[in-house]
Amino acid sequence: MSSEWPLWEVFIRGQHGLNHRHVGSLHAPDAEMAVNNARDVYTRRNEGVSIWVVRSSEITASAPSEKGPLFDPSNSKVYRHPTFFDIPDEVGHM
Amino acid sequence: MYAQMVKTDAARVRSLDEMEPHERAFQERVDAGQKIEPKEWMPEGYRKTLVRQISQHAHSEIVGQLPEGNWISRAPTLERKAILLAKVQDEAGHGLYLYCAAETLGISRDQMYEQLHSGKAKYSSIFNYPTLTWADIGAIGWLVDGAAIMNQVPLQRCSYGPYARAMVRICKEESFHQRQGFDALARMVKGTPAQKAMVQDALNRWWWPSLMMFGPSDDASVHSAQSMAWKIKQNSNDELRQKFVDQTVPQAKYLGLTVPDPDLKWNEEKGGHDFGEPDWEEFFNVIAGNGPCNAERLDARKKAWSDGAWFRDGLTAHAEKAADRRAAAKIAAE
Repeated sequence: MSSEWPLWEVFIRGQHGLNHRHVGSLHAPDAEMAVNNARDVYTRRNEGVSIWVVRSSEITASAPSEKGPLFDPSNSKVYRHPTFFDIPDEVGHM
Repeated sequence: MYAQMVKTDAARVRSLDEMEPHERAFQERVDAGQKIEPKEWMPEGYRKTLVRQISQHAHSEIVGQLPEGNWISRAPTLERKAILLAKVQDEAGHGLYLYCAAETLGISRDQMYEQLHSGKAKYSSIFNYPTLTWADIGAIGWLVDGAAIMNQVPLQRCSYGPYARAMVRICKEESFHQRQGFDALARMVKGTPAQKAMVQDALNRWWWPSLMMFGPSDDASVHSAQSMAWKIKQNSNDELRQKFVDQTVPQAKYLGLTVPDPDLKWNEEKGGHDFGEPDWEEFFNVIAGNGPCNAERLDARKKAWSDGAWFRDGLTAHAEKAADRRAAAKIAAE
């Protein structure tokens, strides 16, 4: 046997109330060890209150080459933004 | 610098007009300060050079644990021992961040280990010197980590996203490393004459190898010019060396130490120090594998890898068994 341990992506919740954020990756034989290793590497200085790990091979990502078709269509839709509308001053905060 | 003399495969740096459309678009993004991410198109030379540079950097972090590990069990106090242990653990983490960054370029972790163990991949020349006294541990933090910071701070802005992000994490911790070294020495120079002499001796032995970390002058190097065009190197070796000397000399003075360079003196006109030339013959010898500890370091890494094989295999077998058991339980439940 000399198969390489699978790669895991590590997500850490920095503080209560925040989203988990991708911080990096590591190799581990299983999910439990991945959490242990993530704790040892990525939370050595109070960086987190919760850890998620997911096998890198389980992530589906959009292709960089599809950036245009995926994201360009929303560029022309200014009406989706609250700042698009004129609210009269007399109306006050809305 | 933890990566020294990284080759780029370039014969010369080409202008935008000479590039194919793909490469030209790539170079324009780099020029505009955009980050390149793993799955995006990149020139093969860029990919290969980054693999060399990042893996060399990672190997340096890992091999760099060995000279310091030597003193964990011999630290003078429990406090110093805890600090040193934390630092050496950090180095393992730095190696891991960097290996992961290199893996995004299509090389596997095992391949990188194999290249280190076979001698194909290099690590920084500095880790081939022995740590003879406790003062050497302070000197490594102060000088070696100090020199590494000079190089790593600008790398936080390098063009390759995963490498730049790894550098941000590393730089946060390096400041702890340098300060703990300086602090250890600052305590010793206030001690007995013998302790102060020990610190001076450590500076005498580590000064020149630290200056060599930046590598020989690369002002005329095509590899350096190409790496700068790709923004995976930001400053010339001489520039960083000058910065390091200018920063470190006043600190040595504060400690009451003498920098072992008869040519060292302040140059008012250039606003920096003039200093002597390191012994580049020694440098090339160490790089070629003939430094005082090259064989010992590599043997220690190879031994750690082969001694750990049963453990890695055991955890893999356990993980497979547990996965099979879960699958069987799921079928039974259905």
